[in-house]
Amino acid sequence: MDTVVLLTVTGLGLAALYFLVASGLSLIFGLMGVLNFAHGAFLTIGAYGTWWASDNLPGAGSTGWGFVLAVAFGVAVGTAVAALVELALIRPLYERHIEQVLVTMGLALALVALVRAIWGADPHPFPRPEWAQRTTSVLGASVPNDRFLLIGSALVVLVAVLAFLRFTRVGLIIRAGVENRSMVTALGIDVRKAFTLVFAVGGAFAALAGALGGIYLGSISPGQGTSLLIFAFIVVVIGGMSSITGTAVAAVLVGLVQQFANYYAASGVGDLSVVLLLAAVLLTRPSGLTARLA
Amino acid sequence: MTATDQPLLRMSDVHVRLSGSHILQGVDLTVRRGGVTALLGRNGAGKTTTVKAVLGLVPSTGVVELTGADGRTHRLSGRRTHEVVRHGIGYAPEDREVFGGLTVAENLTLAERRDSAHHHDRVYELFPELKQRSRQLAGTLSGGQQQMVAIARLLLNDNQLLLIDEPTKGLAPLLVAEVAEVLARAAEEVTILLVEQNLTVVRRMAQDAAVVDQGRVAWTGSAQDLLDDADRTRELLGVATSGGHA
Ligand SMILES: Nc1ncnc2c1ncn2[C@@H]1O[C@H](COP(=O)(O)OP(=O)(O)OP(=O)(O)O)[C@@H](O)[C@H]1O
Ligand SMILES: [Mg+2]
Repeated sequence: MDTVVLLTVTGLGLAALYFLVASGLSLIFGLMGVLNFAHGAFLTIGAYGTWWASDNLPGAGSTGWGFVLAVAFGVAVGTAVAALVELALIRPLYERHIEQVLVTMGLALALVALVRAIWGADPHPFPRPEWAQRTTSVLGASVPNDRFLLIGSALVVLVAVLAFLRFTRVGLIIRAGVENRSMVTALGIDVRKAFTLVFAVGGAFAALAGALGGIYLGSISPGQGTSLLIFAFIVVVIGGMSSITGTAVAAVLVGLVQQFANYYAASGVGDLSVVLLLAAVLLTRPSGLTARLA
Repeated sequence: MTATDQPLLRMSDVHVRLSGSHILQGVDLTVRRGGVTALLGRNGAGKTTTVKAVLGLVPSTGVVELTGADGRTHRLSGRRTHEVVRHGIGYAPEDREVFGGLTVAENLTLAERRDSAHHHDRVYELFPELKQRSRQLAGTLSGGQQQMVAIARLLLNDNQLLLIDEPTKGLAPLLVAEVAEVLARAAEEVTILLVEQNLTVVRRMAQDAAVVDQGRVAWTGSAQDLLDDADRTRELLGVATSGGHA
């Protein structure tokens, strides 16, 4: 029983990371038609930004509010880089989707190489606040606290995104743009502003996932973002490509399947079962779990 | 609003090429301020593409200009769609293109242009049905109700020019009459460029007509002259009219 609890909470924690990365990916794809391969690099930047700030930024540190400040710094850098990427590289290629995807691929390689050049290829230990290192007993299982941090953050992001899409004008523009971009412009709306916003917000979530992933794994390395990105893409596809709730459900499915298969079958089988899950969903519901945005 | 002699919209030598085909081959067209200009032509002649070229929804070459009420002329060609529209142009596309995942009310809110006042009362008075269904998803409306949303979007803002592409397509006769009535009322205040296959509606609304054939404007003149001349109508539009008054 306590194993099942531990696996479930850990699976949900992993799902939270997948969701944070995948929600931005699916918003960007839904609105702009761009598969953003640079998204993993935003995650890496968030992780390294947090790590760097905890050592070097005045006021920041590896515990308490100092750590919160370090994470905020990492997220801010990730957001800024994402917004810059959209303005400088994606926007000039407006509506040229193949070129845009190629640019994001090149960028993914370049940014990771840059991080490696500056801080080396070896993993660095990541600051873990003391609270996150303790455990809480849930139904007899000792669950590491960082799992709750991951799950809580993802829930906050999920609720915030849904509320934003539902209750704000920009959210309305984004929902309409996912359906029919050119008609949105024909109503006199500059949809490119929404593009930049979605890119920046997606970058912020990815950077947050980078910081949280650092806590969860205890260390960071330049390639981490890219490997997480693969699972995030799978989550996006299973979730229906441009649906936030679909993405959330898919993230939970993938996280749980991966954890349980790794434990009860053999380590590594988890990844395989995720791919099988993807195939099963695509065969039974070719457009993913849900086709609506919110 | 009666037709004046001042040009509102002028297109000259507009070409559009899409996926390798030369679709518009030098369109020249002038729409007078006031009144309704009907844009006619056989299927595939290039009417929809002409409208899209005005809006910048398709890449084009040539000149498109709009002359405002103040007499100043603005070049629309080369501008982005949202900038073109902000000169006071409303657009109802051929296949309606309401946002199916948004409610009726959200569709209208989205259409509120910041350069204009918003006349929700006016559209709900014209289409009381939309008020009752304001919380219904537009994707679940009937075709006719969706067309009402598309027209409501046009009338929500203050515009100088409405580009309306086949508003009566696929509607039952009663609704055709209703839509024609609403548009005729709108035409009292705003200039309309109307693509329309229903010649009864054209006869009722339009003063001017332009006939597009194979990507060019093949004929322009008075709508009534065209429709009264059965031979010419058959030659240009490929349809038989009863001659005289339909
Ligand atoms: N994206 C495109 N790529 C290639 N050809 C196109 C494209 N869009 C339109 N065409 C072609 O351009 C021609 C004109 O199309 P358009 O839609 O303007 O005609 P139309 O006069 O509006 O016809 P209808 O009365 O049937 O609506 C057609 O032959 C059409 O097949
Ligand atoms: Mg057409």
